[in-house]
Amino acid sequence: MNASQMVTALKEKFGTAVLSNTEFRGEHTIQVTLASAKPLLKYCRDELAFDYLVDVSSLDHMGQEPRFEMVYELYGYGHLQHMRVKAQIPVEQDVPTVSDIWPTANWHEREAYDMMGIKFSGHPDMRRILMWEGYPYFPLRKDFPLAGRPTDLPEVGFTNVAPMADGPFVTSAGATDTVTREPRAKRVE
Amino acid sequence: MVAPAETSAAYDSKIEGNIVFTKLDSAINWMRKNSLWPMPMGLACCAIEMMASACSRYDLSRFGMEVMRFSPRQADVMIVAGTVTYKMALAVKRIWDQMPEPKWCIAMGACASSGGMYRSYAVLQGIDHLIPVDIYISGCPPRPEALLEGLMRLQRKIEGEHSLMDQKKQLLADLT
Repeated sequence: MNASQMVTALKEKFGTAVLSNTEFRGEHTIQVTLASAKPLLKYCRDELAFDYLVDVSSLDHMGQEPRFEMVYELYGYGHLQHMRVKAQIPVEQDVPTVSDIWPTANWHEREAYDMMGIKFSGHPDMRRILMWEGYPYFPLRKDFPLAGRPTDLPEVGFTNVAPMADGPFVTSAGATDTVTREPRAKRVE
Repeated sequence: MVAPAETSAAYDSKIEGNIVFTKLDSAINWMRKNSLWPMPMGLACCAIEMMASACSRYDLSRFGMEVMRFSPRQADVMIVAGTVTYKMALAVKRIWDQMPEPKWCIAMGACASSGGMYRSYAVLQGIDHLIPVDIYISGCPPRPEALLEGLMRLQRKIEGEHSLMDQKKQLLADLT
């Protein structure tokens, strides 16, 4: 079974829970509801033989509702097919963990929590992984400035705002020569 | 140093050639600077250059600094080589606190000196925010020659220290 047949099988099995599916250069992406995400992913592993969870990541669509979105990249070593499953997260809702389906999701979900502030229900160890315990912000959210915000936890840790000089440094893609394409300090109006 | 012939130590022709007159400070500094035991705090690509400096081609041991100690309790110069993230900064500070006095610190490369190209929320903008730095080495990463030069400058700096004299003054001040 190839990836497009698997998408058809998922649509038959889960019906309206599969909101849409797209194909771009041979990569299949399905958009599902958050409530059906976990049973669908479990079906993907058990029945469709996606034995490898390549990555779990999260998106921040600031200014849109719902704001956050989960992305699961699946791969099967038996059939060598790739599939991407996306689920939007309704406001203030926890995402069911998939670390009981693929143990590798444990640290990926901790990273999503650390960077984006998305909580995972049923996760065995829901702690920060990159920033230290007690850090008050979620740095990959779009409203968090690149230079950071000052924090101070006595005896634990601190951060200061990084001096940006004239940055942030912006790349001008598609410019005519390499000199203009170079990342440089450009004032963003 | 005073020529032996001009001093009272020149009483015995058998030993006079073996006596050196110096200040205690200078003698201590001479011993300290020629047996620096580095604590390699390798955090990024600078650490690769630091390893190269210790290997046969550049050979740190020519200057008496080859004894890299991974235990802070046995080291007296910390070479901070690489990007110090805020999370790692806590560990660096803790290791620094565990090193016995006298101790020195070298900030190797742009990141350890100033945060380098990492102007971001995650990176400490220079290790000197946390611990006192004796020598800054420029470069991204610095070549082994630069690290050798930095260590030799540290030796020159140690030569000029007045550790014992300062301790004596401190002692006298405490007594009065």
